[in-house]
Amino acid sequence: MNRRDDYRRELRAYLTGLGLAVVLSVLAFGAVGLAEGVPGAISRSTVVWTIGLTAAVQVVVHFRYFLHIDLTRSKRDDLQLILFSALIVLLMVAGTLWILGDLRDRMMAVL
Amino acid sequence: MSGADLWHLLFGKLSADALPFYSAIAATAAGVVVCGALGAALLITWLGRWRYLWREWFTSLDHKKIGIMYVVLSLVMLARAVVEACMMRMQQAVAFDSAGFLPPDHFAQLFTTHGTIMIFFMAMPFLTGLINFVMPLQIGARDVSFPMMNSVSLGLTTAGAGLMMVSLVLGKFSTGGWSGYPPYTELGFNPGVGPDYWIWAVTLSSLGSTLTGINFAVTIYKRRAPGMTLFRMPLFCWTALCASILMIFAMPPLTVATALLACDRYLGMHFFTNSLGGNMMNFANLFWLFGHPEVYILILPPFGVWSEVIANFSAKYLYGYRSLVYATMAIAVLSFTVWVHHFFTMGQSADVNAAFGIATMLIGIPTGVKIYDWMLTLFRGRVRFTVPMLYALAFLLLFPLGGLTGILLANPAVDYQVHNTLFLVAHFHNMLIPGLLFGMLAGYHYWFPKAFGFRLDEVWGRIAFALWVAGFVLAFMPLYALGLMAMPRRTDAFFEAAYLPYTLVAAFGALLILAALVSLCVQVWVSVRRRRETEVFAGDPWNGRTLEWATSSPPPDYNFAVLPQVEGRDAFWLMKQDGRAYRTPDRYEDIEVPRNSAMGPVVGMAGAAAGFALVWHIGWLAIIGVLTMGGALIARSFVRHTTRTIAADEVRRIEARWRDAVAASPGVTRDDETTPANRGHAAMEVA
Repeated sequence: MNRRDDYRRELRAYLTGLGLAVVLSVLAFGAVGLAEGVPGAISRSTVVWTIGLTAAVQVVVHFRYFLHIDLTRSKRDDLQLILFSALIVLLMVAGTLWILGDLRDRMMAVL
Repeated sequence: MSGADLWHLLFGKLSADALPFYSAIAATAAGVVVCGALGAALLITWLGRWRYLWREWFTSLDHKKIGIMYVVLSLVMLARAVVEACMMRMQQAVAFDSAGFLPPDHFAQLFTTHGTIMIFFMAMPFLTGLINFVMPLQIGARDVSFPMMNSVSLGLTTAGAGLMMVSLVLGKFSTGGWSGYPPYTELGFNPGVGPDYWIWAVTLSSLGSTLTGINFAVTIYKRRAPGMTLFRMPLFCWTALCASILMIFAMPPLTVATALLACDRYLGMHFFTNSLGGNMMNFANLFWLFGHPEVYILILPPFGVWSEVIANFSAKYLYGYRSLVYATMAIAVLSFTVWVHHFFTMGQSADVNAAFGIATMLIGIPTGVKIYDWMLTLFRGRVRFTVPMLYALAFLLLFPLGGLTGILLANPAVDYQVHNTLFLVAHFHNMLIPGLLFGMLAGYHYWFPKAFGFRLDEVWGRIAFALWVAGFVLAFMPLYALGLMAMPRRTDAFFEAAYLPYTLVAAFGALLILAALVSLCVQVWVSVRRRRETEVFAGDPWNGRTLEWATSSPPPDYNFAVLPQVEGRDAFWLMKQDGRAYRTPDRYEDIEVPRNSAMGPVVGMAGAAAGFALVWHIGWLAIIGVLTMGGALIARSFVRHTTRTIAADEVRRIEARWRDAVAASPGVTRDDETTPANRGHAAMEVA
């Protein structure tokens, strides 16, 4: 009986995750499709932001529903490592963009 | 097909020109390498020890043996790099108004190999070896999480080191410095094989280090003994954890940078070229994205060693344990925010430089916290001036000097003045010799009895210590002055008379360092001969506080017959206090340990072959090398029996022998630690 409840709960979690993943993907593709199909319907920056935001939420959905990372104590190590990785990658990528962008503005803008 | 074509197919760019007969010095160096390798091979054959080495060492997956092999590798490479340093110092001592004895090209090869070896093949293997040996014992584990991967990491690192040695015999090494900046290292400026040697040696070693980082981090997260919470771990394990995480994140940018440079050189791409959209500034960016965290990969494990050594030889709990842990974490995160300070002068705007300059100065804060914590650990401690403690005291005096010059250099305005001068060389040697090298040597002295079952000779240890410190001060303090007098680094000759006194003193210092290295060799010789007097099989020669001392010396294959139950920080100390140490368990169980595997040596040799083949454009060998590496991995996945079982009776026998030795050894007081009375069984003393 208990086992069956677990199974149902797990199935529901996976299905919720799948549903959210599909919705988020459709939103991103939809934004691009709309911009392509109906010129002037939404601005380019809106499209870019939509893709970026849905992607970020998509990452969270995958962690939460498929990799079972949540805020419980037993998952704390994993969560900390994921957040730390995110921080380091952010530092590396943002730093690189800043430095090379700055150098480009100062030295290569004429090219 | 003509003969030349066939030759090219079989041997690539190799030819008689690759042999080092263009200069007497290069030929001598090659001769030493060839004779050394042949001599070692002949000696092993004569002693009939190939089978023993293969079975007991090369294919062993025991973390202790892998750790020892790492340290041996690093000491061999240290010897070569110190000799190179001495040659450079000699050159600068005689090259006033003359050409000296080294041509500029050869001098450039020397500073490139010196830097590359010291970072990738001395410092990295040394600290990896120490962590490998000590960390699983300290957390109460029987091995690392991935023993086979550990062996593969060692194989890859050794392959890189092998390429470095081969480059002395065949072809010339890169002249582009240890950082190998393009466009100078691009095909257009450097059509030879030098940069290729550098690329593949560094790539192999960086792959090995990435795997090592993953292995150590997982081990610390997953393999701790019952009761060993993160905040009960010895500080060395904390620094090992932070250094491993840095390895995981910092090594890939290097692998990417060298791989992209290889694409430029081999496939005609333009990532870092002058023309066709290449951007060599991104190489500096990528390289130091690795390079700066690397500095902290190098310095954090020694910080761990200092914490262990100072606490142990002061007979106190480490002062400010939590602050040391948080300082270590802070350094680990901050180390990813400062990489621009290696290229302040590259041309980015003052805003960028200011941000990274401030971040750089911030790192001084957690490091300062650590220095004070160590000093306060000494305060009112029961301090014994053993060799590791002497190194620790030298570190506490000399390292902050380097830190202060680092704070100076963190200011971009100052950096513009002394950039590319010997001031910088003095600064980073001031960090790495008292910080890293002394730390590694302190750890080597401290844990040597644990690894081999006898203590190192104190007298020769002190002689080596005195020579290291005096040599370091004489060799590098003059470089600060020379740097402020604007002597550029990497100069093979100069015409300014004012430099000469300083370069002479520095050369003398370098000779003292060479003497220090010789003293270390003498120490090993003397210690091995007197090993019966200093035998410490009972396992606790320094009245230790952490779990590695709760085993015999050397520890059995399985480390702990029963995994220890940890009740608090300094677990073994608590056990001794409560009388739980050396207690015979109720029953023994069968223990599984990893079975030997040839994967490490096979992947290492295949990697070395592939690297060598790529350097010389020998297509067939490169393909075979790469396929062998991949094939070995696939073949390994079909091996089903990866462990062997040590039967409970066998464990009981081994443990009984150790317990008898402990019971038979008289307790030794801390005063008598360095005398023959020390049999590895510490007497309980009040504080």
